[in-house]
Amino acid sequence: MIGIPLSVAAVFLVAAASPLIVSRTGRWAGWLLAAAPATLFAWFASRAGEIADGRLWFAVDWVPSLGVRLAFALDGLSLTFVLLISGIGALVVVFAGDYMADDSDLGRFFGLLFAFMGAMLGLVLADDLITLFVFWELTSLCSYLLIGYKHEAAKARAAALQALLITGGGGLALLVGFLILGGVADTYALSEILGMGATVKASAAYPAILLLVLLGAWTKSAQWPFHAWLPNAMAAPTPVSAYLHSATMVKAGIYLLARFDPVLGGTALWLWLVTPIGVITMLLGAVLALGQTDLKRVLAYSTLTALGTLVALLGLSFPEAVKAAVVFLIVHSLYKAGLFLVAGAMDHATGTRDIRELSGLRRLMPLTALAALLSGLSMAGLPPLFGFVAKELTYKAKLGFGGGEMLLPAVAVLANALTVTAAGIVAVRPFIGRSSDAATRARDGTPALLLGPLVLGAAGLALGLAPYLVGQRLVEPAISAVLGAPFEIELSLWYGWNTALALSVGTIALGLLVFLRRHSARRAIERAIEALPVTADSVYGGGLTLLTRTAAAQTRLLMRGGTSIHLFVILAVAGLLLWTALAPLTGLSAPPMPRADWVAWILAALVVLEAIGAVRARQQLAGAAALGALGFSVALLFLLAGAPDLATTQFLVETLIVLVLVLVLRRLPATPEPRPGAGRRAGAAAAALAVGGGFTALMLGVVAGPYDPALADFFANASVPDGKGRNIVNVILVDFRALDTLGEVAVLGVAALGVLVLVEGVRPLPADRAAWESPILDVVDRFLVPLLAGFAVFLLWRGHNEPGGGFIAGLVAAGAVALRVLASGPAAGRALLRFDPRVYVGAGLLLALVSGLWGPLLGFDFMTGVWTEVPLPGGPLKLGTPLLFDVGVFSVVVGFSSAVLVKLEERHG
Amino acid sequence: MAELFVYLSGILLTAGVYLVLQGALVRMLFGVILIGNAMNLAIMAAGRAAALAPPIVPPGAIAPETAVANPLPQALVLTALVISFGLTAFALALVARVHETWGTTHVDLTDEPETEDLSVSASEGGAA
Repeated sequence: MIGIPLSVAAVFLVAAASPLIVSRTGRWAGWLLAAAPATLFAWFASRAGEIADGRLWFAVDWVPSLGVRLAFALDGLSLTFVLLISGIGALVVVFAGDYMADDSDLGRFFGLLFAFMGAMLGLVLADDLITLFVFWELTSLCSYLLIGYKHEAAKARAAALQALLITGGGGLALLVGFLILGGVADTYALSEILGMGATVKASAAYPAILLLVLLGAWTKSAQWPFHAWLPNAMAAPTPVSAYLHSATMVKAGIYLLARFDPVLGGTALWLWLVTPIGVITMLLGAVLALGQTDLKRVLAYSTLTALGTLVALLGLSFPEAVKAAVVFLIVHSLYKAGLFLVAGAMDHATGTRDIRELSGLRRLMPLTALAALLSGLSMAGLPPLFGFVAKELTYKAKLGFGGGEMLLPAVAVLANALTVTAAGIVAVRPFIGRSSDAATRARDGTPALLLGPLVLGAAGLALGLAPYLVGQRLVEPAISAVLGAPFEIELSLWYGWNTALALSVGTIALGLLVFLRRHSARRAIERAIEALPVTADSVYGGGLTLLTRTAAAQTRLLMRGGTSIHLFVILAVAGLLLWTALAPLTGLSAPPMPRADWVAWILAALVVLEAIGAVRARQQLAGAAALGALGFSVALLFLLAGAPDLATTQFLVETLIVLVLVLVLRRLPATPEPRPGAGRRAGAAAAALAVGGGFTALMLGVVAGPYDPALADFFANASVPDGKGRNIVNVILVDFRALDTLGEVAVLGVAALGVLVLVEGVRPLPADRAAWESPILDVVDRFLVPLLAGFAVFLLWRGHNEPGGGFIAGLVAAGAVALRVLASGPAAGRALLRFDPRVYVGAGLLLALVSGLWGPLLGFDFMTGVWTEVPLPGGPLKLGTPLLFDVGVFSVVVGFSSAVLVKLEERHG
Repeated sequence: MAELFVYLSGILLTAGVYLVLQGALVRMLFGVILIGNAMNLAIMAAGRAAALAPPIVPPGAIAPETAVANPLPQALVLTALVISFGLTAFALALVARVHETWGTTHVDLTDEPETEDLSVSASEGGAA
């Protein structure tokens, strides 16, 4: 069903357009932008009837070679999340439009918020492990950017980094878990994996998969001991806290647990890993919430309680527990988002979020007070709110575990009682009593600020009175998806007199009792936290410090200052690694004696002598000469190996390199830099021998191994029929691997720019220093330059069939330019070229690019050769875009070489 | 011939690495040129270089009629040669500029200011 990916794509599109929409519509941006998620909500809600019959899905290949598909599916669980994400998203966007109206960067804010919305939708709709992971990481990234939205504040930056490191670390674990799971299941398709629970649980990798996936869920849903980032994330603007850090993103971990329950859940390992962590988090959040004075932090810790409750229920994994989890998931998203928005509205109206400074707001903000009351009662789990339904189900589930085991219900009663207290603190206390100083000027906000809190509060009431509204259409398919089997339920507000009801009454009574003693409770908790030797935050901070200290120490150890030491460390380690890798390999027996004819041996001996000469040369010019000779010897070796194109190129390149070397070296002092001491030289020799010896051994192994001539044969056989050229090397360069060549000439172009910029800063040669005066040069110049230029054109033309081609022709032409520059000066060189060397580089690149575009115009791939025949008396003339491409290569090479030569010789003044 | 190329490649690499560790920029550049030659020979060796005919199809034929040299490493090395020309020219311009700016072409004398910067940021990182 194409609508699913389209809806995700549409949200990302809105994200991209947000800055523009905000700048055009100003104060109305929130309302306008909210239309997108509202439409999605309506569209997906209208699909609810269809998914009861089965999953709707859509998939296209993404990385077919790895079996990764961009796949989406919609079932009951996904739909529940999608409706929460789009529905609450629309309300939050409307709220943010007014709440953040004064923000100068609202376009960026909405862009990030919508990007997050798209990522979250993709996450819950993904039907492929890798697709799911990509969206999972994207939500972490968006969360990072949104927590750090007020990036001028160091606190916001630190909180953003903490969230990213913790959830990102969990994301990495999740990826590894997914890869192992995909290996065990032999597919990444989620809908297939969901039916393979028995196989996965029986495999030896099951504990590893489970732990890794759980690490992803725990970090994302802020479970102990990874919870510290969530309260700190309150540094984000309040709409972000309402949306990401209570209603949606932190539920991604819950989604993961629910989604993978059929595959990974229901085992003892699952139960004993998941439920205890959930219970600890639940209690921790409930207690710490009472120690806070900031409204948002109270809410954040109570979110931990809710997330812990959900995790504990999903760990139990039996139908009653899953039912309670799904209902509580919806309940919590509604009331928590509502209360966050209420907190934002109070902050907006009074300028403070400190619970000690807020009271008596009900007369001044009656509508906000109503919304707060509705959400607060749902949070406390009082009838007739939806929260009451959820709490009854939770108690029933926990009573149902292990037949009479009372620890779980007892802990739940305690946590829920403290939640009742927290609900009183955030939703009731600020509105009753006498008006505080901060409250005097407070008024109910604009419609945009009221809509979200009121709708969310009313939803909690409506679903409490009529739970069947979501019962069979939403909750039932969601539970079936988690259980992996159809499951029928009937939700109702009143289940009759039973143990769960008694627990509820006890919970509320206990909660009220603590509420009356809340001040002393807060002080006691504050003292207890201060007395704690270790907190999750201090462990995180310590870890971060350890990391930076280790990095600094390592840097001090390895980067001691001085490039030669760094280079020595790098190369010595490279040599060491080579030998460690080679040592265990067998078959490194006596090195073989190479077979070659006597000419090759003589050339090889020359190469060795010239290398020794280059190393030992005292004078730099002597070294340059030795290198030039070495290059010529290597060129001759290439000729022996049946590579005339290569040999020619090497001759030309060596000539030009020596030329450029001489041009630069004469600007430098004649006396070379002092040599390093004997110790340094010995170290360098040892590293060089390790690297060179290791490389030789490695390459001998390569050469002795089997050789597959498939590629060589392909090029040899396809060159004439497909490439229309007989010189196979040239056809490879301009046709088969033309894209590669295009990259290389582009590098030349960039290098030319680099040379021009660098030489610009070098003092020009003194004007009185004459050019190279030599009668021989003059004569050679006059006769040879036109000859070379003509020869270059000839080489360019015949290169497709005989040795030659753009590179060689370009280098020959560059030789002509060099000769002219040396004999008659750079001005004459410029005159010979007519245009600036940069023009040659640019025109050449353009020509190469244009020749490649011919293919796409005719419906082929980029760089596909297109040929035509021109009838001529002496036989048809074949013309094709690869020839044009070669002309481009020629032009770039000429331009580059000329730029270097002319620029280095130019004198000013 | 492949083994001969391997040995030569190893010798040139050894000489090149030794020169790179000498500290004087020009000698380091000589080393880089030697290493470039070593790698070209190694690529040819890996393509099983042998004394064969050039990889050119005779006129009128569809494919080579006798055994020819492997064309792929030749194409790779050919572009590598031109790139190494570009690299050398760029490095030389860099050497000229370094000499202009610092009055020396020895790496350890030229990077002293950078070393001081590093230690400051390192100590800050340690204290953070």
